[in-house]
Amino acid sequence: MMNLESIPIQAFLIVSSALFCIGIWGLLNSRNAVRVLMSIELMLNAVNINLMAFSSYVDNNLIQGQVFTIFVITVAAAEAAVGLAILLSLYRNRVTVDMESFNLLKW
Amino acid sequence: MSIAITTQIICFTVLSLVILIGALGVVLLESIVYSAFLLGGVFMSVAGLYLLLNASFVAAAQVLVYVGAVNVLIIFAIMLVNKKEDLKPINDIKSRRIISTSICLTLLSLLIRVDLTNVWSLSSPQNSIGEESTIRIGEHLFSDYLLPFEVASVLLLMAMIGAIVLARRDVMSKDISTGLPVDQELIEKSSEPLLTNKN
Repeated sequence: MMNLESIPIQAFLIVSSALFCIGIWGLLNSRNAVRVLMSIELMLNAVNINLMAFSSYVDNNLIQGQVFTIFVITVAAAEAAVGLAILLSLYRNRVTVDMESFNLLKW
Repeated sequence: MSIAITTQIICFTVLSLVILIGALGVVLLESIVYSAFLLGGVFMSVAGLYLLLNASFVAAAQVLVYVGAVNVLIIFAIMLVNKKEDLKPINDIKSRRIISTSICLTLLSLLIRVDLTNVWSLSSPQNSIGEESTIRIGEHLFSDYLLPFEVASVLLLMAMIGAIVLARRDVMSKDISTGLPVDQELIEKSSEPLLTNKN
């Protein structure tokens, strides 16, 4: 059985922090709506890496983090399906995927 | 240093580099198609990290759901909406970029500080169940996480119905704008969008 004392838990946490911040940057700066959805997937993956790292370093007998990761993957799949369906119907009404043109709810 | 530890460190370094460079490519590249394929690479590398953490079931689920379903769905959406368009210039794009980049860097430094300074209460590796994790996940799903497991199935059903309702074209007996009966054979023809002139 492999044990993971060679890699510190901080390495996993730093990778997931960097991935989360890249996702937020993409979410704030993308003008293509598909890219916004991709950034959300990146952020969800960062959270999953965090949960998995904690489940194998801190809770390595009960591994509740892995169960949480399964649920996060389920919700992410549902979110991607509904998000892309919303995107398609937006595109049908606006003929663009530019985030700046979706301003119907702007004050 | 034994060969197993060296292999682990090399695998971790390569996978992390692929994840971070791929994620930067996803948000920075001009072409959205390249971004989608790089996103698939990032998902595969995350699955590799899960394998490194002794979680073979979650790695398989990651490959099946993210690479097999979500990424393919994103590529299909790109095929359906990928039209070359000239984006309208925004006047204060520079200041927006500066503010968002500084927010992200600040958040990153805060997170890294917490990662490095906090003392994590690590459990001893003797308790680790290692490769038995799939059995333990099954026990969790059918005992203490049974309710979330069942709710997840309802959630997936709702998401499926919602996606179908949102994405289909409305089939109506008469046209909304003209009142004339709709030629059902031409229901897939492109109609004039309702909201385009309202920018």
